[in-house]
Amino acid sequence: MALETAYIQEKMTQKFGNKVLNFSMSRDVFSFEATSDAIYEVIRTLKTEEDLNFHFLTDLCGVHYPDNDENHQFAVVYHLHNWVENVRIRITTYLNGENPEVHSMTDLFLCTNWMERETFDFYGINFIGHPQLKRILNMDEMVSHPMRKEFPMEDSGRTDKDDRFFGRTAQKI
Amino acid sequence: MSDLLLLPEHRYAKVIEQTRNEDGSELSILNLGPTHPATHGIFQNILLMDGEKILDAEPTIGYIHRAFEKIAENRPFYQVNVLTDRMNYCSSPINNMAWWMTVEKLLEIEVPKRAQYLRVIVMELARITDHLICNSILGVDTGAYTGFLYVFQFREKVYEIYEEICGARLTTNMGRIGGFERDWSEAAFKKLDTFLTDFPVAWKEFENLFERNRIFIDRTVNVGPITAEKAMQYGLTGPNLRAAGIDYDVRKAQPYSSYEDFEFDVPVGKSGDTYDRFCVRNAEVWESLSIIKQALAKLPEGPIHADVPDYYLPPKEDVYHNMESLIYHFKIVMGEVPVPVAEIYHPVEGGNGELGFYLITDGSRTPYRLHFRRPCFIYYQAYTEMIKGGMLSDAIVILSSLNVIAGELDA
Amino acid sequence: MSDSKTKMVAPPEGVTGEGFFATKLNDVVGLARANSLWPLPFATSCCGIEFMATMASHYDLARFGSERVSFSPRQADMLMVMGTISKKMAPILRQVYEQMSEPRWVISVGACACSGGVFDTYSVLQGIDKVIPVDVYVPGCPPRPEQIVDGVMQLQELVKNESVRRRNSPEYKELLASYNL
Repeated sequence: MALETAYIQEKMTQKFGNKVLNFSMSRDVFSFEATSDAIYEVIRTLKTEEDLNFHFLTDLCGVHYPDNDENHQFAVVYHLHNWVENVRIRITTYLNGENPEVHSMTDLFLCTNWMERETFDFYGINFIGHPQLKRILNMDEMVSHPMRKEFPMEDSGRTDKDDRFFGRTAQKI
Repeated sequence: MSDLLLLPEHRYAKVIEQTRNEDGSELSILNLGPTHPATHGIFQNILLMDGEKILDAEPTIGYIHRAFEKIAENRPFYQVNVLTDRMNYCSSPINNMAWWMTVEKLLEIEVPKRAQYLRVIVMELARITDHLICNSILGVDTGAYTGFLYVFQFREKVYEIYEEICGARLTTNMGRIGGFERDWSEAAFKKLDTFLTDFPVAWKEFENLFERNRIFIDRTVNVGPITAEKAMQYGLTGPNLRAAGIDYDVRKAQPYSSYEDFEFDVPVGKSGDTYDRFCVRNAEVWESLSIIKQALAKLPEGPIHADVPDYYLPPKEDVYHNMESLIYHFKIVMGEVPVPVAEIYHPVEGGNGELGFYLITDGSRTPYRLHFRRPCFIYYQAYTEMIKGGMLSDAIVILSSLNVIAGELDA
Repeated sequence: MSDSKTKMVAPPEGVTGEGFFATKLNDVVGLARANSLWPLPFATSCCGIEFMATMASHYDLARFGSERVSFSPRQADMLMVMGTISKKMAPILRQVYEQMSEPRWVISVGACACSGGVFDTYSVLQGIDKVIPVDVYVPGCPPRPEQIVDGVMQLQELVKNESVRRRNSPEYKELLASYNL
């Protein structure tokens, strides 16, 4: 493989210092963390630097970690792919629980438009600079963000379920 | 109903106000969907029209949002498979197998060759049905109903093969962690053989009906083209990307389930227009048939599942007569199986492109987070760009050539 | 056509004589309605794919008088709701139902339309009978085409035996009122 993970790591640390951390080989994908203020530059570098050339953003999604400390409550995970060298890379950035916001990638990759809207819809993560940040899958009237861990999965309006048969106490979660 | 009306602060309302002509003629708004017979699914597009010409479009999705990802966080691993069925229901087995492979990657289970080959066969069958639906419906939308009725019988034949394998037709819920639930029956192989002899004849005729058909060519060539750069920017994968000329195929780039054992080509188009997408799908059907034939020829004997009693349900007789099997059965059904803490991403080549499962586990009985990379959701963004400047009737044809599946789009 | 084995619908009970046939208006209207139901497929997801199979060559719903799929709610008798109806979709389903003219019937095809199915989640309507009245429920996830055909045949039975005055009855009005229709 021409593009070594060690080379990516060296290049990233050289440029971003302690803003990129926790480099590791997580199963078959090389992954690392970047702080939320640097993530945009990190991804821009990965995309535009000729010897890195991660030109395809495979996936973007959010994760909620309610048990983490205040500054690591939310995460946004980016998967990038270099088709020429066939190397995948995963970058995670952790966000503050009170005020989760991160720079939007829409001017780097057009495909992130809806993915960021979906993440906003699910987690309420604010993508700064997004052209049209509004709900995409749920109704506009909805106030909460359903993929947060505290949000119940089941339809609260349902009356035909007897909690005793589901091994739960009678109160609604 | 207010959400169906165009509010005065809507950006189109402003555009119409600004561009009104002196003779009083103005741009118009057309609401396409959410329940429109030509949309094959539930999407809404508010189109800004200049006569028949589309100037801009605003898509609204989420009409069958079913919260797959939320359910997945509350279900044991083997129950998540039920959700994957209902995502891209035109090619459920691919989704099923993709999920099992994700779990196997997580648990580091090596699946026996026979099961891997059988998986390849069923995934390619699913790809054939997926492309068959897409292309025949594209035919219907261009006014050729015959092709649809003609090839649809063969989709029934594939469903009969599925029935022999797992008992279900559409939402198959096929397989287990580690392999298949049972070996394929004689009848399944027999039906597969019949399919492999009959289907190519019909598919050839189907191709002949369309590929050099003057009307079809007029309706599709240079309709909704997309350049390779734009396609990459918009995250297109699968046949739609390959039609634009990029030969990216997960089966080649990151072979899974022994795809490296088979020889097949990756058909690519040139201009990324509707005709190219149609042709790429046609060609892929031939490649799929070739892969199935190779897999059948090379199909080894042996077990059809890995020896992983912790995750693979024991045979029912043993559960009744054997204490150990009963315990395993109980633990698996209750979802109490040991799972490592990990973060994995597993891509496969789905019917419409790279279908990926991003799974985070915390060692508990359910996934901590499961994100589906749904190809439809990502490439449907490019639709607006593709239909701009075209005619209204082209918008319909482009939509069916993209093969947007509502279940996958909305998750 | 002489050698075709076309099966005709049996005539309703009545009195026959030379040159005349007398029967109840109800039966005749029911017979005519039941064998010319125009379906409006409201297909949202997986069940819609099975409906495609039901309409296509192998199962051929046209044998039951439903040859023409009506995509306009204005000209349809039988609303077939197939697939998950989310809360976002519910008002649209209602609007489609409101646009249909009487007499109208509803078949709810598949577990999702009947009860929400496996999707007991915040975004899914737990059964379309929360928003519109339903005549026939077809279970299954998705139901086989045979089941869908059976559902249509069950509805035909209902239609055949329905009184022509039912739609004016106070019970029916009460039913609609309970749905705020």
